[in-house]
Amino acid sequence: MAALINVPSKAKRGEIIEIRTLTSHIMETGFRHTADGKLVPRDIITTFICRYNGAEVFRADLFPAVAANPYLSFFTVAKESGKLEFEWIGDNGYSSTASASITVE
Amino acid sequence: MPTTRRQFLNLAGGVTVAGTVPIVTLRPLQATPAMLNAAIRNLVGEAQLRSGRIRLDIPPLVENGNTVPMTVSVASPMTTDDYVKSIHVFNEKNPQPNIANFYLSPSAGRAQVSTRIRLADTQKVVAIARLSDNTFWQVAADVVVTLAACTEEMN
Repeated sequence: MAALINVPSKAKRGEIIEIRTLTSHIMETGFRHTADGKLVPRDIITTFICRYNGAEVFRADLFPAVAANPYLSFFTVAKESGKLEFEWIGDNGYSSTASASITVE
Repeated sequence: MPTTRRQFLNLAGGVTVAGTVPIVTLRPLQATPAMLNAAIRNLVGEAQLRSGRIRLDIPPLVENGNTVPMTVSVASPMTTDDYVKSIHVFNEKNPQPNIANFYLSPSAGRAQVSTRIRLADTQKVVAIARLSDNTFWQVAADVVVTLAACTEEMN
């Protein structure tokens, strides 16, 4: 699934950087009905994890009250060059990953 | 002395500027509906909820409840012995009281999280931060929603 990741490609050591992520997902709440009265089953992303060189730096539990195509912005300290990995986990076995590289000087 | 036209316009201009400034509406925390209260108690237990340190930026008036931008930030040095462990966001009138939980660590550097949420009705949004010393800090904001999310029919 398509994800948009915004991470600075370069940062100074110790700098606080903002990470912004957007992924495409319907985030069906499970509270909506079709015109003939059937409940539309829930289909949401429940967990988001960000790892920096393997170590978890941010995690989120999402509920149906998070808008479709979940956007998340958070911060981390640029400690070392390497890779930021992102993972979205959801209903019906949904799983998607993305990554971004950062150079720390 | 009668008010001149110029004085009146100056005054009106001042009011307009003041009216656009408050992006955050901070009101005294009111008694909350049972589900919201239960969800909060489930999180904090018997601990005291304090106000201050935490800030919730959300528009006071939204036209479309399907996507409401929201930012929570906590005044914290984010050092290994004083940091924000988690931030929890709740609502009053959606079908479920939870919106999202965010788990942070000292490596975050800054305790600030943004996302976009759904609001099914005009209601109160509550954010609670849990600090590393296990104190809880709360802030609430009222949001007026003109088009509700979540419960409409699907075509």
